[in-house]
Amino acid sequence: MTTIEDRPDVAEGPAPEIGQPRKRKEDAHLLTGRTTWTDNLTLPGMVHLAILRSPMAHARITSIDVSGALERPGVLAAYSGRDFAEIQGNIPCAWPVTPDMVNPGHPSLAVEEVNHVGEAVAVVVGRDKASAQDALEAIDIDYEQLPVVLDMEAALAPDSALVHAHTESNRSYTWIFDSGAAGTGAPIDEVLGQAEVTVSRRFLQQRLIPAFMEPRSTVVQPNGEGFTMWSATQVPHILRTMLSLTLNVPEHKVRVIAPDVGGGFGGKLQVTPEEVITALVARKLGKPAKYTESRSESLMSAHHGRDQIQDITITARRDGTVTGLDVHLYADMGAYLRLVSPGVPVLGAFMFNSIYKFDAYRFVCEGVFTNKTPTDAYRGAGRPEATYAIERIMDELATELGMDRMELRRKNWIRHEEFPFTTVAGLTYDSGNYEAATDRALELIGWEDLVAEQAERQARQDPVRLGLGISTFTEMCGLAPSRVLGALSYAAGGWENASIRVLATGKVEVVTGVSPHGQGHETAWSQIVADQLGVPFEDVEVIHGDTQSSPKGLDTYGSRSLAVGGIAVVHAADKVVAKARRIAAHMLEASEDDLEFAGGAFSVRGAPGNSKSIQEIAFAAFAAHDLPDGMEPSLDADATFDPDNFSFPHGTHLCAVEVDTETGVATIRKYVCVDDIGTVINPLIVDGQVHGGLAQGIAQALYEEAIYDEEGNLTTGTFVDYLLPSAADLPSFTTDRTVSRATSNPLGVKGVGEAGTIASTPSIVNAIVDALRPWGVNDVQMPCTPERVWRAIHQGAEKSGRDPGGTVSWGGASTTTSDGSTVGPLDGSTSETADGSTSGTSDGSTSGTSDGPSASEGDQL
Amino acid sequence: MTRVNVKVDGTAYSDDVEPRLLLVHYLRERLGKIGTVVGCDTSNCGACTVLLDGLSVKSCSVLAVQADGSSVTTVEGLSGPDGTLHPVQQAFHDNHALQCGFCTPGMMLAACDLLRENPNPSEDEVREGIEGNLCRCTGYQNIVAAVQAAGAAMSAAGNGTAAESAVSDSIASVSAVEASA
Repeated sequence: MTTIEDRPDVAEGPAPEIGQPRKRKEDAHLLTGRTTWTDNLTLPGMVHLAILRSPMAHARITSIDVSGALERPGVLAAYSGRDFAEIQGNIPCAWPVTPDMVNPGHPSLAVEEVNHVGEAVAVVVGRDKASAQDALEAIDIDYEQLPVVLDMEAALAPDSALVHAHTESNRSYTWIFDSGAAGTGAPIDEVLGQAEVTVSRRFLQQRLIPAFMEPRSTVVQPNGEGFTMWSATQVPHILRTMLSLTLNVPEHKVRVIAPDVGGGFGGKLQVTPEEVITALVARKLGKPAKYTESRSESLMSAHHGRDQIQDITITARRDGTVTGLDVHLYADMGAYLRLVSPGVPVLGAFMFNSIYKFDAYRFVCEGVFTNKTPTDAYRGAGRPEATYAIERIMDELATELGMDRMELRRKNWIRHEEFPFTTVAGLTYDSGNYEAATDRALELIGWEDLVAEQAERQARQDPVRLGLGISTFTEMCGLAPSRVLGALSYAAGGWENASIRVLATGKVEVVTGVSPHGQGHETAWSQIVADQLGVPFEDVEVIHGDTQSSPKGLDTYGSRSLAVGGIAVVHAADKVVAKARRIAAHMLEASEDDLEFAGGAFSVRGAPGNSKSIQEIAFAAFAAHDLPDGMEPSLDADATFDPDNFSFPHGTHLCAVEVDTETGVATIRKYVCVDDIGTVINPLIVDGQVHGGLAQGIAQALYEEAIYDEEGNLTTGTFVDYLLPSAADLPSFTTDRTVSRATSNPLGVKGVGEAGTIASTPSIVNAIVDALRPWGVNDVQMPCTPERVWRAIHQGAEKSGRDPGGTVSWGGASTTTSDGSTVGPLDGSTSETADGSTSGTSDGSTSGTSDGPSASEGDQL
Repeated sequence: MTRVNVKVDGTAYSDDVEPRLLLVHYLRERLGKIGTVVGCDTSNCGACTVLLDGLSVKSCSVLAVQADGSSVTTVEGLSGPDGTLHPVQQAFHDNHALQCGFCTPGMMLAACDLLRENPNPSEDEVREGIEGNLCRCTGYQNIVAAVQAAGAAMSAAGNGTAAESAVSDSIASVSAVEASA
C-alpha cells in the first residue's frame, strides 16, 4: 500500500495535476492497433447485414420483393420495411421545440414511401458481409416517383409539393423569441423603426457532413427478452433509453456499450435507423448481428449539419452603438426529424446577439422539410451558424459606418467589469474579458504590420491581396441546466453523474456518465481526481461507455463533458473526502473540525506529523475493523450535478488570408486565436481540441459542402467529392489563452470542444471579403472556393452568392449566366469562357427543372 | 480461390482467397489484424495504410492476391517484440498527435514511409507527404510535429530499433523486387 512517507513532497503537497500537459492514457492501445472499434468485434454465430438504400429522393414504394436475395448463397434472411412495420416504431425526436411542431414520423426501414436518397428500404442478412452485399441486387423494388422538394423557400410556398403527404405543409415549426415579449429588452419593431443605420444581409449556411473517420457500426447480441448493443455512438445512455421506448423493450433489459469510438462531432449523437434495424434483425433471428456502413452510405444517410438561410438585420446609431438585431432563419430539417434536429437551430437563438449589447432582439426560426438527409447536431450545433451571421454583419455594419471593425466591436461588447451580464436574449454571462483576449490576439498576429501590408499591396495593385479577418465570439457550453432544457421543451435534463470507488489498495476507479470518443477524458478526469483526492495520476482508472458499468449519464456533446461531467466527478470526490475525514478523525482521535486535508492526507491542524493518508484510510474502510459507530465500510460515493447556468467560453480569432485575385485561391497565411475557456485541466488536450475545431470551422469556410442536384441526388457522396481538408490544405495555428474562471462551477472550467469550430468560420470569410472590398464585394458564399472568389471579383458579390432562383440552397447544382440562361452544375462541369459567362459540359445543360417536379423553382431560373 | 503466401508482421500465412478479396479485408477478416481499419471506399482517407514490402499502400486498393510473396507491416507490427514503441508511435504519443485514434494506424505507417524517403522533412514536406491520409480530429498540426520529431529521433538513433529493422527487411525485399523487375 502506498503510504504517505513514500511521497517526499507531501509537506507542500504534490504539484497540482490540473494544468499539467499530461500525455494521454488513452493512447497506448490506439497506437498499437489493439482497438475495440465496433467493427472489430466478432461474436460466435454472428451474422452480417447489408442495407439496400433508396436511389430516389421522393417516391412511393409500389412493390418490393426480397425473395430473390434469399436464393443467393450465404443469405439467411432478407426483410423489407413491411416486415417490421408493426414493431420498428419511429426514430425518436426528443426536442419538440413548439407544442404544434409537426413530426411526420421516421420509420427506420421505409414502408410506403422514401423521402431522401440513401434511406434504408431493405436489409439482407448473410453469413458474411460480402454475401449480404452481393444479394442486395436480387431485391426487386418498384418506385413511383413523387415531386421532389429541395428549396426551403419554395417548400413553404402555398402551392408547394409536400415531402409528407399527410402533413398540411412542409413547415415543421416556427419558433420565435422577441426581447420585448420576453422582457429582456425593448420591442424590436420600435428599435428598427427608429434606426439611424440599418444593414440587412442574407447569409447562407451550407449543408455540411460531420464525417467522423470511423464509419458507424453496430453489433447486437440478443439476450432473453432484451439485448446488448455495441455501437459507434456518442450517447450510449440516451440510446439505451430511446431504444427501450422505440422497440418496446424494458429499459433494464437493454445494455448499450460504446467501445472505442472514432470521432463523432455530433454525428454520432443520434438514435440511428441502422441501430434499430440491427436490433430488429438480431432479435428476429435470435443471433448476434453486425452492420457496418460504407463511407458512401455514411455520407448520405448519417445526419448532416447546418443548412440554413439566414436573413439578418442590424441597426445602429451613427456613432456605431448597435441597437437592434432581427434574425429570420429557414432551417432545413431534411426529410425527417431525428433526435435533436429541431433544437439545433433554436440553440442559436441565444447566440446571435453574441458579446454585444443590443436594446432589442428578435429571432424567428422556421423548420422546413425537404427531400434530403435529415440534419441534426454537428460540432457547435446552432452556435457556429449564429456566430457566423453576427460576426459577418458586424463587419458589414462597420463598412457601412466607415468605422474600424475592431473599434465597432469594442464599442459594443460587454466590458469585463460589467460581468455578470444578462443579455438581450436572456442569458446571464458569468465571466469574460473580451478586451484581454483581443489585445493578446492583436499582438500575436502583428495586426498593425498586416494592416500596413494590406494597404501597401493595394497601393501597388498586387494581384495577391491580403485580407484580415476578425471573429470575437462567445458560445454557450456545458449543456445544460435541466430547468432551461425543460423551458425549451427538451425531453430530458442536462445533469451528469459520476461515482468514485476507492479500492482496498488505495487505487481509485472513477465511473463517468459522459462518453468520450477522442476527447481524452480518461486523462483529464485522472488529473482532476488526483488533485481532489491527493492520489497519484497513475492510480486513477476511468470507466465509461457501458450502461452496465456506468449506469447513469447523459453522454458527450455540446462541450458538456468537463463543465458538467467533470464537476460531477469533483462533487463525488468531495463526498469521498467527507467520508474519509470521518474515518481519519476516528483514527487520529481528533475532531473532524480540527483536520485539514492536503496532498492526499488528513492531519491535525497544528500537529502536521500526525496524519493519515487517503490510502491508509481506504484500507481501514476496507478492513472495517475499527470504524466510527454507524459508519458504512466504504469510501465510495456518487454525485449527480445539474448546472445552474451554461458556461460561456469566448475568444478572439484573427487571421490573415492571401487572396489571389487572378485565380481566386484563398490561402491562410496566419491564424491566431486567443481562447478563454476558463481553467485549463490539460493544455496539451486543449490545444488539440482547438486545432481540430479550427480545422472544421475553416473547412466550412473554404472546402466543405454537401450538394444535391435538382433530382435530390447527393452529388458529394464520397470523399472524392466531399472535400475534407488534408494536412496540405491547412496551416499551423498560433493558439494562446486568457483565463477568466467560470463562476458557475468549482473548477472554473467552461469547455473547449466546439470553440475552434464556432469562431473560425466567420474569421476566414471576413478576411476574404476584406480582401475583396476594393471590388465592392460584400459577401462570398461558403465554401469560398476559387471559383466563387473569382466570380465575386469579376462579376460582383451577387454572382458568388445564392442564385435568386434558389440553386445554391438546394445545392448549387446550377448557376445563371449573364444572359440569364441556366447551366450547371456549379462544381465541376462548368467552365469559364473568355467573357466571363459560363457554359456547361456536354451533359451539363440541366436547364432548370422545367420538366421536373420542382418546376416552381425552375421557372425562376 | 487463389492461393496467397504472405508474411504479416513477421508471421507467415498461406490462404486460399477469392480473387476479389481486398488486402484490408484479408487482414481484418481472415487474419484478425483488426488494428488496420477501413475508413472509406474510394481510397481517399488512408486509414487502411500498411507497408507492403516496406512501401506504404492503401490496403483497400490492393487485392490480397497482389500481396502474394510479399511482406506486410501493419500497426500491430510496428512496435518492437518487447513492446517498445516505434519512434513514430512514441512521437505521436508525445505530441498528442491522435485524438479518436481511428486514422492513427494509417497515418503512422504513411509517416514511416515518408521518413524512409526523407528522414528530416520540413513542415511543408510533411504536409504534402501525408496528404493522402485524412484526420478529422487533430487539424494535423500535432501530427506534423510528431512526424518531424520522429524523423529527428530516428536520425539521432540510427537504425537501432527492432521495428525499424523489420521495416528494413521489407525494404530489402522491395529492392529485390525492383531489381528483378
